[in-house]
Amino acid sequence: MKEKIRIASGQGFWGDLQSIPLQQVTKGPIDYLMMDFLAEVTMSIMQKQKKRNPSAGYAKDLIQIMKEILPSIMEKNIKVITNGGGANPLACSEEILKCAKKLGIDGLKIAVVTGDNILLNVDGLLSRGIELNNMETGESAKNIQDRLISANIYFGAEPIVEGLKQGAQIVITGRTTDTSLTYAPMIFEFGWSFDDWDKLASGVVAGHILECGAQATGGNFLGDWKMVPDLARVGFPIAEAYPDGEVIITKHDNTGGSVTTQTVSEQLVYEIGDPSNYITPECVADFTTIRLEQQGKDRVRVFGIKGRPATDSYKVSMAYHDGYSAVGTLTYTWPDALEKAKKADEILRTRLSDLGLKFDEIRTEFLGVNACHGPLAQIQNEINEVVLRVGVRGHRAHDIEQFGKEIAPLILTGPPTATGFAGGRPKPSEVVAYWPALIPKKLVKPEVIILEL
Amino acid sequence: MKIRLIDIAHGRSGDKGDAANVGIIAYDDNGYEIIEKHLTAERVKKHFEGICFGKVERFEMPNIRALNFLLHNTLGGGGTVSLKHDAQGKTLAAALLRMEIEV
Repeated sequence: MKEKIRIASGQGFWGDLQSIPLQQVTKGPIDYLMMDFLAEVTMSIMQKQKKRNPSAGYAKDLIQIMKEILPSIMEKNIKVITNGGGANPLACSEEILKCAKKLGIDGLKIAVVTGDNILLNVDGLLSRGIELNNMETGESAKNIQDRLISANIYFGAEPIVEGLKQGAQIVITGRTTDTSLTYAPMIFEFGWSFDDWDKLASGVVAGHILECGAQATGGNFLGDWKMVPDLARVGFPIAEAYPDGEVIITKHDNTGGSVTTQTVSEQLVYEIGDPSNYITPECVADFTTIRLEQQGKDRVRVFGIKGRPATDSYKVSMAYHDGYSAVGTLTYTWPDALEKAKKADEILRTRLSDLGLKFDEIRTEFLGVNACHGPLAQIQNEINEVVLRVGVRGHRAHDIEQFGKEIAPLILTGPPTATGFAGGRPKPSEVVAYWPALIPKKLVKPEVIILEL
Repeated sequence: MKIRLIDIAHGRSGDKGDAANVGIIAYDDNGYEIIEKHLTAERVKKHFEGICFGKVERFEMPNIRALNFLLHNTLGGGGTVSLKHDAQGKTLAAALLRMEIEV
């Protein structure tokens, strides 16, 4: 058994810094590179891409990244684990194999994790009485059955570990939990048992710290953010994991950012609910048992974590059509910037009403004044400029489109000093709503396919 | 004496569906004692009047000197449904740090 392994975070979301994966594999020693590409609605976007083109539907960025890192990961024997396969992990893996072939690499093994896509099974499940009720509202999925775009199980580490056992250099998954990409290699390397709840929970916590990339190393840091050095060259987090479950969070030398108990704490509280009940497919981690200790510069020890047995359900992430929306903006300047923006909003709403347009919601915000902090914002008397931002949402595409045509005319037919309309008419975009549900584990099974070059 | 929350704590916020999660972390033990005592769910709910339209749940994490709040019905539907500029509640931790506390 290895005495320790180093798992590096390479992407925190689909669209993150493209230079990081290469930096992580070349700037210092690592054993694993994990990359998270999937947010809640990402799968629905990829599912739509796949519908238009059967060989699409995964994170295209991943192919370019793989081109850059393949020679190094083969030379240094670094294993790569990512959920960038999205709605089409098989096509994604085949594309990576093509790249490897062009680069003259041989002996490459890729494990593809599939089985998470249950879109075609939803009707059958519902007719068999498997409810897939909305976890937040309790509503029956039958109400959205005919509008579904995607439905995916959040698998955990088990199929990834299986792929690693079969000797894969790269594991490409569809919808897996973000944290599993980090703790799967710990289970594999240290031989942790799937009922060793405390160790599994330690891995989950490390995964939570790594899954949003630089948010653990000084990015988006709300503490003394001005003191974070060289964010331009920020280093992404690395988890140095030990067989007993202890983890040191660090980053490569000669990179920017910083790793402190404060930067790690902020990531620990990010997007969590009840901290004592952090549910994953393999265990329930108790975040109130986490202990942090600064161990020198850019090294934070994470230890003491307790876990409990897993539940008997997987989470399902579904997405469905829920109408259309559009957002338009116009900028007004001194004098009376805010007063003018408010008048323009009033004129716009009168015109929309006179046209007989119907919306589920019209929302007006004043960027530069109170768009984000609402009633908590302190309003200055003499503001220099303000952006009027009006959004509409509804189920009649035509009405949303008409709204888009009513923004620009305000420049010539409303209050003075309106500008900033270079982007053209706001176009209706499809609203994709999110539907979280649970499904009994016994009803679904991940599948691991091995591709070889 | 009045103290500003921003002087004794930092934090991070994000989305969980239509709920926002706001994590507030005290810089030291003394700061945690203050937020643990004064930053009640009711107080936070009142602070976010006009922003949070559902209940506020509070969870304690004394191990990292943090409180986590779940603000339900806050993000205008959440995800791509929301028409809000800050649809994911990314700025709400800063909004909570605006609070002043009498100690």
